Amino acid sequence: LAKRRLDRRPPATAPEPHGLRKAILLLERKTKEEIWDCRMCGQCILHSTGMSCPMRCPKNLRNGPCGGVLVDGNCEVLPDRPCVWVQAWEGSRKLPLWRDHMLHLNRPVDWRLQETSSWENLVTRRDAHAPAGWSAFEDRA
Amino acid sequence: VTEEPRSGLHRVLLDRRFAVTAELETTDSADPASVHRLADALRGHVDAVNCTDNSAAHPHLAPLAAARLLLDRGVEPILQLACRDRNRLALQADILGAAALGVRNIVCMTGDDVTAGDHPEAKPIYDLDALHLLRIARIMRDAGTYVSGRPLEQPPSVLIGAVENPFAPPHDYRPMRLGKKIEAGAEFIQTQICFNVERLRVFMARAGDLGLLERVWVLGGVFIPRSARAVRYLRDQVPGIDVPEEVLRRMEGVPPDRQAAEGVAIALELVEQVRSIPGIAGIHLMSIKNREAILRVIDEAGLHRGTERIEPVRAG
Repeated sequence: LAKRRLDRRPPATAPEPHGLRKAILLLERKTKEEIWDCRMCGQCILHSTGMSCPMRCPKNLRNGPCGGVLVDGNCEVLPDRPCVWVQAWEGSRKLPLWRDHMLHLNRPVDWRLQETSSWENLVTRRDAHAPAGWSAFEDRA
Repeated sequence: VTEEPRSGLHRVLLDRRFAVTAELETTDSADPASVHRLADALRGHVDAVNCTDNSAAHPHLAPLAAARLLLDRGVEPILQLACRDRNRLALQADILGAAALGVRNIVCMTGDDVTAGDHPEAKPIYDLDALHLLRIARIMRDAGTYVSGRPLEQPPSVLIGAVENPFAPPHDYRPMRLGKKIEAGAEFIQTQICFNVERLRVFMARAGDLGLLERVWVLGGVFIPRSARAVRYLRDQVPGIDVPEEVLRRMEGVPPDRQAAEGVAIALELVEQVRSIPGIAGIHLMSIKNREAILRVIDEAGLHRGTERIEPVRAG
């Protein structure tokens, strides 16, 4: 019960990062931007999406590809780039773990967490927050 | 458990009758007669009519207004809701407002990107994706709250639909994504335009293997081309549509004055083939400014319902 209450704690706007927190933020940004072209949404689901960052999708989709994927598997908005979700699907088949996460329904983005550290948000559980109506429905199922 | 139908379309689907829906031509007129005319032409021929939401990212008469104008003329609307132009506040407000105006079917989708339309410089919204919107519609209807948890005084009783494109990559993932949409809240599906029947057959078989077809009604999308140019437009300008060379060759193989008839012939063949796929619960007909052809296909394919006017729908 205590854990649940913690999970559902609404995200306070993160205080301006200083010192160690700033170092973590910079480290996360530097490494994840370099490796995954991360967009710092602050609520990372990379492991659920075959290590393909869904925020690179021009439509910011969190639950799979739109219907506009071109016949060659490229993006309809950026036709010279492969669809982020085609990469996610292929990537997820190669992962030893989390393959079934491609079947999970991911929550709507909490836009307040943009540009904050998803590592910090994971530890503080700030990224586990869902709107009350959403979590109540999940609990019911 | 006998389910109480939420809409006329829902009743057709529950009765296991073959459903026929069509897309409303977009209008760019402030005159309600522009929609009333279209409604009069379609009334009695289809079970419900889709009011598209700024389709192909071009603004048109608002779908909510079009839906209400259809109701005025006794035609059942299906309100399309795209995530491109509105955030979660506006979408929830529209679902509630639509139900209050008498709309009983909605279809949730991501929406074509603004770069596909005539306002490519616009800010795309995409606050939610289609699956979020499906789940939120379900929360509003079944839990009677906004996604925030704030209660509704009267929840919207609507049949909730989604779209799916079996013809776009990654093909192996598409049936699973259908499963995700059902889990999120979808009760019926209208597919993207089908020219590649084999692809749809495989998709449906896979969906059947996953046990999805007992949980959702799938309406196959069929387009009626008026000219070879229209086919080329679909292939080159509309992302995600798989147009086999053969279709284009057939249209180009007849003189321009006979292309419309050839388009109807192609559509009739597609309707027959799609209809024969196990699990297909209906057909969704689309065209570009070609409503006579829609009526011809319905008539010649024997889809004619001959249904009478729906009960006059009160707001609320």
